[in-house]
Amino acid sequence: MKDSGGKYETVIGLEVHLQLATETKVFCGCRTVFGVEPNTQVCPVCLGLPGVLPVLNEKVFEYAIKVALVLGCDIQKTVKFDRKNYYYPDLPKNYQISQYDMPLAYNGKVKIPDGPEKMKSIGITRIHIEEDAGKLLHDPERPYSYVDLNRTGTPLLEIVSEPDIRSPEDASRYLVTLKRIVKYLEVSDCNMEEGSLRCDANISLRKQGVSALGSKVEIKNMNSFKAVRDALAFEQRRQADVLGRGEAVAHETRLWDEKKNITVSMRSKEEAQDYRYFSEPDLVPFEVQGALVEKVRKDIPELPEAKECRFQSQYGLGDKDAENMTISRETGDFFEKVAEESGDAQAACNWIKGPLMMHANEHGTDIAGMERDNSGLSVGIAKIIKMAQKGILSGLAAKETLKIYLDTGKDPAMIVDEKKLGQISDETSILEVVRKVIAANEKSVADYRNGKTNALSFLVGQVMKETSGKANPKIAGEMLRKEIEK
Amino acid sequence: MPPRKKEISSRSPGSSEIPRMEDILSSIDSFRQWLKERSEPAEVSARFLAERAAALDKDIKAFMRSDVAAVMARSKKAAKAVQNGRLNGVPIGVKNNICIKGALTTCGSRILEKFRPPYDATVIEKLENEGALLIDGANMDEFAFGSSCETSYFGLTRNPWDLSRTPGGSSGGSAAAVAAGEVVAAIGSDTGGSIRQPAAMCGVVGFKPTYGRVSRYGLIAFASSLDQIGPITRNITDCAILLEVMSGYDRRDSTSVNQPVPCFSKNLSRKIKGVKIGIPAEYFSVGMDEKVRKRIEEAIEVFRKLGAEIVDISLPHTKYAVSCYYIIAPAEASSNLARFDGVHYGYRDPDAEGLIEMYTATRSKGFGAEAKRRILLGTYSLSSGYYDAYYLKAQKVRTRIAGDFKDAFGVCDCVLTPTTPTTAFKIGEKTDDPLQMYLSDIFTIPANLAGLPAVTVPCGIGENDLPVGLQLMAAPFNEEILIRMAHAFERDTEYDKLLPPVSGKGKEADEGLRR
Repeated sequence: MKDSGGKYETVIGLEVHLQLATETKVFCGCRTVFGVEPNTQVCPVCLGLPGVLPVLNEKVFEYAIKVALVLGCDIQKTVKFDRKNYYYPDLPKNYQISQYDMPLAYNGKVKIPDGPEKMKSIGITRIHIEEDAGKLLHDPERPYSYVDLNRTGTPLLEIVSEPDIRSPEDASRYLVTLKRIVKYLEVSDCNMEEGSLRCDANISLRKQGVSALGSKVEIKNMNSFKAVRDALAFEQRRQADVLGRGEAVAHETRLWDEKKNITVSMRSKEEAQDYRYFSEPDLVPFEVQGALVEKVRKDIPELPEAKECRFQSQYGLGDKDAENMTISRETGDFFEKVAEESGDAQAACNWIKGPLMMHANEHGTDIAGMERDNSGLSVGIAKIIKMAQKGILSGLAAKETLKIYLDTGKDPAMIVDEKKLGQISDETSILEVVRKVIAANEKSVADYRNGKTNALSFLVGQVMKETSGKANPKIAGEMLRKEIEK
Repeated sequence: MPPRKKEISSRSPGSSEIPRMEDILSSIDSFRQWLKERSEPAEVSARFLAERAAALDKDIKAFMRSDVAAVMARSKKAAKAVQNGRLNGVPIGVKNNICIKGALTTCGSRILEKFRPPYDATVIEKLENEGALLIDGANMDEFAFGSSCETSYFGLTRNPWDLSRTPGGSSGGSAAAVAAGEVVAAIGSDTGGSIRQPAAMCGVVGFKPTYGRVSRYGLIAFASSLDQIGPITRNITDCAILLEVMSGYDRRDSTSVNQPVPCFSKNLSRKIKGVKIGIPAEYFSVGMDEKVRKRIEEAIEVFRKLGAEIVDISLPHTKYAVSCYYIIAPAEASSNLARFDGVHYGYRDPDAEGLIEMYTATRSKGFGAEAKRRILLGTYSLSSGYYDAYYLKAQKVRTRIAGDFKDAFGVCDCVLTPTTPTTAFKIGEKTDDPLQMYLSDIFTIPANLAGLPAVTVPCGIGENDLPVGLQLMAAPFNEEILIRMAHAFERDTEYDKLLPPVSGKGKEADEGLRR
């Protein structure tokens, strides 16, 4: 396939579905735990039995308002729900309660990085609340399908972007940014593998300079950010090819095939379903109370962008370090604790982004997970940093201490004691070795006296060797100089 | 002129020492008195009552089936839980679209032939909390789609006044059971007149509360924005008691309104002097039986005599009510009934292969003709391209109709109309003409569209010696005025004493009791 070579402009809009991490479902009291036995988190309401009625979970409403506020949306004065009617066995009522003509929020934006210094805005068309459907499990051997309704009625937030995205990479940045913000708000797990964050994309191409939109294709079945990027890149090339041949792009829904790395046609939009939307008569429209919005607003934590700026000015971190330390709300909080307890923010940052994150990756966890396992983690790390600062630990010994600390959770001071990792800073014991080294290396001593200053480094090395690396090299150097110059 | 009190005593009196069973069952109060005086345990009485109802029902068929054992089990449960409930041991019929845990709840449809809900409707809980002996399975038009009980998959119910006639519908089973004295009272649901029309045609009291007054949780929905559960009783006092028990905010129903429930039964004796009754010209300009018109005019005179003030009013959008209703109600029904698809519960066609074929075959065989007609109507009016012309327009008309009433209640306290244009019609008379059937609800539909409380009370005998009903409507949450007015009327006329003849089977059963 040939490069579209700047001939076409790519226009992308994303539809993100977020499962809200409320304890109970959107219209009943069932739990929303992922991965439990099929059909164990159900009740007459989410099973859609005859005669039951939905009751809105207020927490869902608050979470939705929180996301809407953070994305700078206007919030509807009246909240109204609608029924979206379609038949599918994973939808027990054969209609989904959603919001159609009056979405909860609209007209917002997400700022994404655009080059090293710049940011650009991606518009948010609308955000609305709806209920999730169940899952179908198809028997691989027999012609049967099973229905698991645990997921039915899990609260979803649909976030629809404007067609402001211009490349697959920007689509990915948009998702990363959105995920980081939402995770900061602690309203969704944002886990694409578990389906708590799902994304469909609309993509079309148009000739550079043309303002009318081209015929668009909707892509579904993308299960990771990488899949979104790859699918959009594939579709960008495919559509450029079609247009290059002078043909028209079909208005259709396509599925991403991750194994073959291609999109395949699923259905034409001409066969589009008529969902026969109408107001949900079982839920009475209600006014959004200003007091509630203000309460939710007060609850909004410091967001990543603001935190990044603060870390730069307050702790003197560089751009990249500040970004690293705000990757999640927990990382930011952890960094601040370690910085405060150790009194050395840069060291705290270096330790977290280096060995700590490496350890987390190796163990398939993250800072938050490590803190859950060891609530004193920040104190322990700060202790190690302080021992290194005071010269009690050499760089190497500090790393060794950390490793043992992370594996055992023992007090770092005890580890240093037990493993005898502490540096020898006691001058009398170092002096003995220094004298021994001077006596054994007459040539180097003479070289130093004759002005070859780097001969001293060699002698320090000898002292380190004699003490199995435990002597404080700074002290050893000074004592050598003093002895030789005596 | 209304008949004098002494002219009303309709039946040949039995032995003067032994009260007649139909008199005992004529009110909650007389029934509880009788129960208190009986020496055997409550369970024996419960069995007797269930068996008596079953015997009477051989002709009427107000109930789809007779499950005496299930009734007994519920009675034991209720008796254990309640010592001094207001409805202790009182047999109350339940329309078969109100969920009772473990009881067959079919909506008169094949598609729910074997459906047993795993939960109780809120009203069921409330009634059982007061010790009611619930007798389930009162017959109804399929999914409440009809005005005659003829669309039930489980067969038709006959009017106790004339077994060749329908009891009206859709709560025809509930109304017939009360009129025939099979139960002391019953509950039904009213979407466009389904409590009031059959109550009028069976000569009993039927009450549709304000939309939001009674929880709909557990009522299998027909049209969610119109449905309300309400009582059918022999007199307005019982109606007030049941309304008090059934009403109230329910957090499980977002459309139930958090309004205090007045003591309806405590306000019965208040005077009606000076109350303004609106008479809407539009309701009297349409075709109706001459004797129906005559009885209503007499009723107006009764109210005038009792000191009420009669005011002429206009409800100009009345003529659009039936059309408006037949857009909105089927639209909601088409969505509410979508869940009956054979996947999770209810009837499933056993021979169909593949999903689409299974859906199609299940719904084709599971629903009757009227249900299919309404699902199609509703699906059509919600479809893109037709939505604005039908559904949206109907919503606007609905707002206008509600506006008419709001204006009217500026000048009067309640509105008086006939409940139905005719007395009970013959079985089969309207089954081939849906439009004629729909028009039998012409006077009851507006109250549903406007969400108003409305009551029907018997007001004498009309064509073919059948009872005529008088309807009173009031502003939302003003049920009290309706109860007061109906009570004054009932006390003055004693039309509540008018009873249909007891069927032969029922007589035999009563003989057993007297011995």
